[in-house]
Amino acid sequence: MSLQLEQSPTTGDEVISNYTINFGPQHPAAHGVLRMVLELDGEVIERVDCHVGLLHRGTEKLIEHKTYLQALPYFDRLDYCSPLGMEHSYVLAVEKLLNVEVPLRGQYLRVLFAELTRICNHMLNMGSHVMDVGAMTPNLWLFEIREDCLSFFERASGARMHSAWFRPGGVHQDVPQALLDDMGEWLEHRLPQLYEDALSLVVDNRIFKQRNVDIAKVSKEDALAWGFSGPMIRAAGIPWDLRKSQPYDVYDRVEFDVPVGTNSDCYDRFMVRAEEVRQSARIMKQCLRDMPQGPVASLDRKVSPPKRAEMKQSMEALIHHFKLYTEGFHVPAGEVYVATESPKGEFGVYLVSDGSNKPYRCKIRPTAFSHLQAMDFMCKGHMLPDATAILGAIDVVFGECDR
Amino acid sequence: MSEVLHSAPRCASNEGRLAALTKALGKKVVTAKEEHGEIVITVVRESLTDALRQLRDEHEYQQLMEIAGADYPQRSERFDVVYMLLSLTQNHRLLVKVTAAEQTPVPTVTTLWPNAGWLEREVFDLYGVIFEGNPDLRRILTDYGFEGHPFRKDFPLTGYVELHYSEEEKRVVYAPVKLPQDLRQFDFQSPWEGAEYALPGDEKAAAPPPPPPAPPPAAAAPAKKATTPRQKAPAKPKGDKA
Repeated sequence: MSLQLEQSPTTGDEVISNYTINFGPQHPAAHGVLRMVLELDGEVIERVDCHVGLLHRGTEKLIEHKTYLQALPYFDRLDYCSPLGMEHSYVLAVEKLLNVEVPLRGQYLRVLFAELTRICNHMLNMGSHVMDVGAMTPNLWLFEIREDCLSFFERASGARMHSAWFRPGGVHQDVPQALLDDMGEWLEHRLPQLYEDALSLVVDNRIFKQRNVDIAKVSKEDALAWGFSGPMIRAAGIPWDLRKSQPYDVYDRVEFDVPVGTNSDCYDRFMVRAEEVRQSARIMKQCLRDMPQGPVASLDRKVSPPKRAEMKQSMEALIHHFKLYTEGFHVPAGEVYVATESPKGEFGVYLVSDGSNKPYRCKIRPTAFSHLQAMDFMCKGHMLPDATAILGAIDVVFGECDR
Repeated sequence: MSEVLHSAPRCASNEGRLAALTKALGKKVVTAKEEHGEIVITVVRESLTDALRQLRDEHEYQQLMEIAGADYPQRSERFDVVYMLLSLTQNHRLLVKVTAAEQTPVPTVTTLWPNAGWLEREVFDLYGVIFEGNPDLRRILTDYGFEGHPFRKDFPLTGYVELHYSEEEKRVVYAPVKLPQDLRQFDFQSPWEGAEYALPGDEKAAAPPPPPPAPPPAAAAPAKKATTPRQKAPAKPKGDKA
């Protein structure tokens, strides 16, 4: 019996060339309305052409027709998984042009809720990432944490998702002490328990590792050249975190570590996020501990409105309130680019003011744009099912990518 | 800039950087300024690639984070294209700007940073700035087959077309935009501070033609002249005071 080589069914006179398939725009693993045109050789991806813009709403154009305060809620609707992270960049950009001082309590509250947003965002992303590669339970468990986060947002601002709570000059309203107490309790007990339970199902799981380790490795040079930021650049081994290197608000007063990946694959990206959640919890605990009493928004009445009680007594306060909610405040002419470390990476706002009460131009730098653009070279040579893992590890949300 | 009160991201100091970069870029610089803590260098359009390469290779601005377009229709070269550079090693940000008109192509920087591809596509899509050398200058954010460049200042906010599902054709169809009510733009700026509309009654001030020898005072801003120097509203927010 001689050894017989297995004949490929395609050899011979019929030749199967590369074929193209559509991934999305309606696909549960596309994390929104992403259309990818995949060119496949068998099951191996040869080329990816991402078609974005299916959720383009012209946010930047709309903002040009709104006052600075009216423009704020649009930012919630960009990355609807981490609304306060988006607002943070915008309010800092406005404040930078105005050069207005934010009271310390306001800054602490912002950092506290920005970190809560980070946890909230990572719960969604990590949950859907593990679900994309085949696990169901961790997602449900992580969503329980997310639900807690959302109820905290609701108690602070009245809205579960679109808070519109950060304002130029501070935050909209102070939070009740009971909320801070509950948050402390939650950070101490409930979060670590639920979180570590859920993660214990995933991090050492054989299937999860098979689907993620060594998938979409990106070198440091590529990560720099492709404009990576956030967990994507940290997973590539570059310790770059804007909270650390370019601290804003009170990030220079809190202690936290920046997790860095070693292998720069999808697994590392997941693990960087996993550790960031713990660090966020650490930052939140310090905020709760160190937060002073005092005003939560700037006392400059030309920027931030007076308290309602004050308006009942003071004519001046009433006029300020009226003017701020009709005309809004005027911002000195100039241009700034302010970027913060949103949960997904560098989220920047390029704000041009012409001195009036409306932004002349407000360019939003989405995190997903650079990352998604790299899909082509990250996917090359991987199998079709790996595309979902890569996409999940990018952490892309189309409200922000398409604006 | 005076004292820094805001709590926006604090990167490495700008001190001396503007002069150093201007000197290094030499003739490629048109203007350079430092305002609100941002260094903005406008460079000659033709030498953009060289300038950015020099900044990347010699001055350690490794990352191109963003390319933003902006439209100033009153200028002859109406578009600004702004490149946001980031240096991870020096922890510093820099804005590099070129101007362009509709017909003057901007050299591509995809040769320097691969991620410039989509960023340039976006500026092209929304403003119609042409990037010479970009291998894939398709529209990116607007719909397939979209016409016009929506972020130009002369493009109406409502656009020209709207789409709906047509029961007859069993597909989504485009139709000219029809609004039951005009889009309302409220202008809350105080009339004696720069609002451009004439208040009702203001025309009376300009109406009676003055005797011929005296130059008509209405030639200036009638709306402004008409209002007596009334006491200013105390609540008028002034950004510069903040």
